[in-house]
Order: sequence, then structure tokens, then C-alpha cells
Amino acid sequence: MSASLTLVVVMAVMYAAGVYVMLERSLTRVLIGFLLVGNATNLLLFLMSGRPGTAPIVTGTASDADMADPLPQVLMLTAIVINFGITALILALIYRSWWLAQLGDEGDTLTDEHAAETLAGTEESFRSVTDDEAASQEDLDASEREQASGRAPASERDPADAPGEAMNR
Amino acid sequence: MNITANTLVPLVVAIPLLGSALTLALGRRRPQQIAVSVLALTAVVVISAVLLGQVDQSGPAVVHVGGWDAPWGIVLVVDRLSAIMLLISALMLLGVLLFAVGQGIVDGDRETPVSIFHPTYLVLAAGLFNAFIAGDLFNLYVGFEMLLSASYVLLTLGGTGARIRVGVTYVIVSLVSSLLFLSAIALIYGATGTVTMALIADRVGDLPADVQLILNLLLLLAFCVKAAVFPLSFWLPDSYPTAPAPVTAVFAGLLTKVGIYAIIRTQTLLFPESPLSVPLMVVAFLTMIVGILGALAQADIKRLLSFTLVSHIGYMIFGIAMGTQAAITATIYYVVHHITVQTALFLCAGLIERVGGTTSLARLGGLLKAAPFVALLFFVGALNLGGIPPFSGFLGKFALFQAGAEIGDPAAYIVIAAGAATSLLTLYALARVWNIAFWRSPEEVSDYESPMLDRLVEDPEDTGTVKTRTISPLMTGATTALLALTIALTVFAGPVFGLASRAATNIENPSTYIDAVFPNGMP
Repeated sequence: MSASLTLVVVMAVMYAAGVYVMLERSLTRVLIGFLLVGNATNLLLFLMSGRPGTAPIVTGTASDADMADPLPQVLMLTAIVINFGITALILALIYRSWWLAQLGDEGDTLTDEHAAETLAGTEESFRSVTDDEAASQEDLDASEREQASGRAPASERDPADAPGEAMNR
Repeated sequence: MNITANTLVPLVVAIPLLGSALTLALGRRRPQQIAVSVLALTAVVVISAVLLGQVDQSGPAVVHVGGWDAPWGIVLVVDRLSAIMLLISALMLLGVLLFAVGQGIVDGDRETPVSIFHPTYLVLAAGLFNAFIAGDLFNLYVGFEMLLSASYVLLTLGGTGARIRVGVTYVIVSLVSSLLFLSAIALIYGATGTVTMALIADRVGDLPADVQLILNLLLLLAFCVKAAVFPLSFWLPDSYPTAPAPVTAVFAGLLTKVGIYAIIRTQTLLFPESPLSVPLMVVAFLTMIVGILGALAQADIKRLLSFTLVSHIGYMIFGIAMGTQAAITATIYYVVHHITVQTALFLCAGLIERVGGTTSLARLGGLLKAAPFVALLFFVGALNLGGIPPFSGFLGKFALFQAGAEIGDPAAYIVIAAGAATSLLTLYALARVWNIAFWRSPEEVSDYESPMLDRLVEDPEDTGTVKTRTISPLMTGATTALLALTIALTVFAGPVFGLASRAATNIENPSTYIDAVFPNGMP
């Protein structure tokens, strides 16, 4: 099996740097370490496909020996997707722990706020949000109608922005 | 080769996944969500029971996904071991789900919010089942990742400070083990040119011995983190007890056992000539002793149970280390027993928490009067885990010790002695829980001094006493059903051992597995 020496060196450096950074206490650095090690592993998978070759499409012209091995690339793609999902989750965890750290002890008792919450109460608050959105959407529609009929040029407010603003309120 | 069996195999993953999507879509409609998840898991229980029957009669069921033959496509293989694991874990998942539903109805879903809990729980189930039926290493990895991703979410449900703190540790430890596993897969592919387990088993013998050893060790390391084998078990007692009771129960019962399942496959199918038998025995010895000594020092029931969980993993590693037919039979029986009894005991701890308002031994007392039925459940579970005859715990341990004595080398005898000591110490730890939490009168709780309590470590994440809440009949029902299952394992020990023995015979002859995947000979 032949492989690119550059890739091997890059992989080794990424593994080493990743493990080193993962040993830090800060969660963000741990995440960066995870990303480095994860991508080093992807490179390792890629290296296992051996020397480069033509696209592995059976057209009848290229001989089997010329084709690149597609399987490691497939495995890599799956691993990349999994790493992506996990990274998103870790980012959420980091944000949440930062939030709790900012709030101090209050952060730990956050759930107690919901102690008195009932299903009906939750639904009620959802409904009130929906009502608010409907009301603000009505306001927007009204002002748009005004603009369209009257003095102000229509370009002042881009209609595409309207739903977004309604959500932001 | 059976048509029905083959069509059933993919369903055990597909049904929970579809159920997960459906429960997510059903959003805030609680009754429908509950109905969907209960139905999905019931369907899997039925399917795995049918599969077990079929596979036991007519050999492994093999599915070539998408019609691509192995090793080009993905193969799903259900042999007797897979079918046993499928059935027992589906039963556990269903039992714990009912418990969680019962708890949710009483609580208004504070601990387990339905909109997230049910879809995630079903993804966990799908990942678990996928790991059991995977015929290639990469699919096993995907199964692991599915169940781990779901477990990250379940462990940090609610996002309280304590859960985030332990959740981060848990996530990072699991990630490192997953990356190790993936690196091992890459190296195995480089060495053998395939990820299909049956083909690796055929080719790996041609590799130089040291390369084989490195590959074997890499895989074992990755799986030992998941199975919480000492010294890679440090993360478990910190992270599991913080989760909601049903989540802890399902983690404790099943997540470590997937690791054990993967170790069984690695050591018997991929590397049957492995020279690691003695190192594994040492590790088994240390896991038992260190785990149970940790349990003795705990003042919190959930933490104590987590330490006993770690310690009992040692028995299974011991069985795998011996690797004889009798030892594997005993290991399979022990895995089934331990999944059931450990899940049931964690559910009992959940019930105790609701009756007593805490799981801290320093603050519990008088539960025998307050909740006699919970006391009975915990008592039966404790005796079973401690290995008192005639319960299944005793039978499993006895079979393991017998297999060890048959081998008769000094290392095996030392581990047997450690196993017997661990069993007694487990009983001691659980009897102390019983004495303090159930037996002493509630008046003694305040300003109570005793050497038994003085030396205990308080739970570092302990957030104090919560309000006592009512128990719904569904919760007691689910716990009782799981304990009844452990007793059924005792009563029907003969047939179960027979099945485990046939499964072990399959495992001892990897050619059964390999021939099933490649009916027309090796590619």
C-alpha cells in the first residue's frame, strides 16, 4: 500500500496537537481538540484507501487497478456527519455551562422556576406567544397596506423581512 | 435461511426510528406520543422473540442490505447471541418506558419532558438494536454513535448545573472512546481491506502477530471505556446517578452491556487466538475489587448501585477472558441476569427517591413502614444481585466459577476468590442500605450517629432533599415486572442455560457465523 507522506505527517501533527489541546481545562479548547483528533481520524481513514486513482465508476474503460478505493471515503463522509452533529451538541453544552456559570448558584436552581408549571400553563404560554405573533403580523400587514396605498415608497420596507421581524418581537 | 426471519431483521432498527420521527412530529400531544413509543417497543419485543425462535431453530439470519452481497454491502447478522441481547434489551426498554410514563403522568413531565424524551429514547433503542445486529465494524460504530448521541441528550435532560457538569465529562469520555474505535476501524481496514466482521475473522490470522495484537488492543480499549472496565470506569459512578431515575436505569442496564457484547464479538470472532486472556483476568479482578470497595464507601443509593454495576462488569470480563464454551455460556447468562436485575434495582432507587424524597442514606429511614412494597422489591433485587441462592445471580456466578475451576489455572482461582468476595461485599453494601433506609425508625434520622454512616462519602452532586411525591401504580408495576423477570430467569434457568449454551457453541465455532454471511464461500 502506498500513501502520501504529506498526509501522514499532517495526520500525525493533528493527532498530537488535538490530544494536547484536549487535555486543557477549558471546554472550548477540548472541543477544538476533539475537532482536530476527529479530522486526524478522518485522514487516517482516507490514507487507508492507498494510492490515488481514477473515479471508481464502472464504465468499462478504466481497469480495476487504476481506480481509487471508494470505501474509506464513504466511511469518512459518515464520520464527518457524525462529528458535525456531536460538535453542535457540545457547543450547546458549552453555551449552557457558560450560562450556568454566569448565573452562579441561581443557575443550579433554574428548574425550580418550573416547579409550579403545569401542562395547561405551558400550553397557555405557547398560545399567548402565538397570539402576540398574530397581532404583530396584523400590525405589519396594516402598515404595509398603508405604504402601498400612500405616500411612502414601497422600498422602505422589504416585504421579505417582515415575517422575520414579527418573529423577533 | 428463512424468509420471515430475514424480513424481520431490519425492522428492529426501522420501527424505533420511525417511531422516533412520529413522536417528534406529534410534539405536544402526550397520549399519542406515549402510545406510539409503547407500540414501537412492544413490536420490537415481539419481533425479537420471533427472531430468537427462528434463529435458534435454523441458524443465523443474514440480511444483505440493498441486495449487495457481503463484503460490498452492509450485512445484518442475527445469531443466537444477538437475538438474546435483542430480546432482553427490548424488554428492558419497554419496562423502563412504562416506568417513565408512570412517573411523567404523576409529575406533569418535569423530569422527563415528553416532547424530547420519547424521540430520544427511541433513537437510543434503535442505536442499541443496530449495534446488536451489525455484521460489520462500521455499522457497529454507527450503532454506538446513535445510542451515545441519544444518551448525551437523555443525561443532560433539563440542563441543570449538576447534569451539565457530569454530562460534559460523560460526553468527552465517550467521544474519546468513539475516536479510538474509529481509528481502530481505519487500521483494520488498512490491514485486512474490509470492515465486514466475517471477512476480517477470515483474514486477520494472516497478519503478523504484533499487528494483530495492536488491532485487538485498540478495539478492546475503545469497548472497555464503554463497558466501564477498570481502570477506564472512573466516569461511570459520577455521571449515571445524576440523570432522571428511568434514564439511569436504562443506561446502567444496557449501555455498559453493549460494550460487553462488542468485547465478546472481538475476542471470539475477530481474535479467537488472542493472547490477552491473562491481562483480561487481571483487569476482571481489579474491576470487581475496586468497584465493590468504591460501593462500600457510598452514602447515596444511586452512586452505590453505580459502583456495584462497575464491579459486576468484572464477572463478565472474567468469563470472556476464559473463553471456553462453559465460560461463554455462563457469561451470556450472567449478562442477561445482570441487565435485568441492575435495571430493576435502579428503578427501585427511583421509587425510594419518590417515597423518601432523597437517595442519601443519611436522610432516609423508616421506609419499611412507609412503603412496604418498595421494601420488598428492593429486598428481592438486592438478594438477587448479591448472589443468594436460589436467585439467578447465584446461578450465573456459580456457572462462572465452575467454568473457572474447569480451567484450573492459578489466575482463574484467584479471580474466583475475588468474585466470591465481591459477591459477599455486594450483599454487605446492599444489606446496609436495607438496614439504614428501610429498617431504622424515622425518628432516628436526625442527629443519628453511627460508625456505619460516619465513614461514608456524601454525594458530591447532592442537591438536598426533594419533596416526596406519589408513586403511580404503573411505576411499581414496571419495577415488579422486571423483578418478576429476574425470578423467571431463576425458575426457567434450565431452558435459558440451554439457549445460552447453544449460543456459546455458535460463538466457539466462528465458522457458523462466517458461513452464514458467505454461503457461497469466501470472496
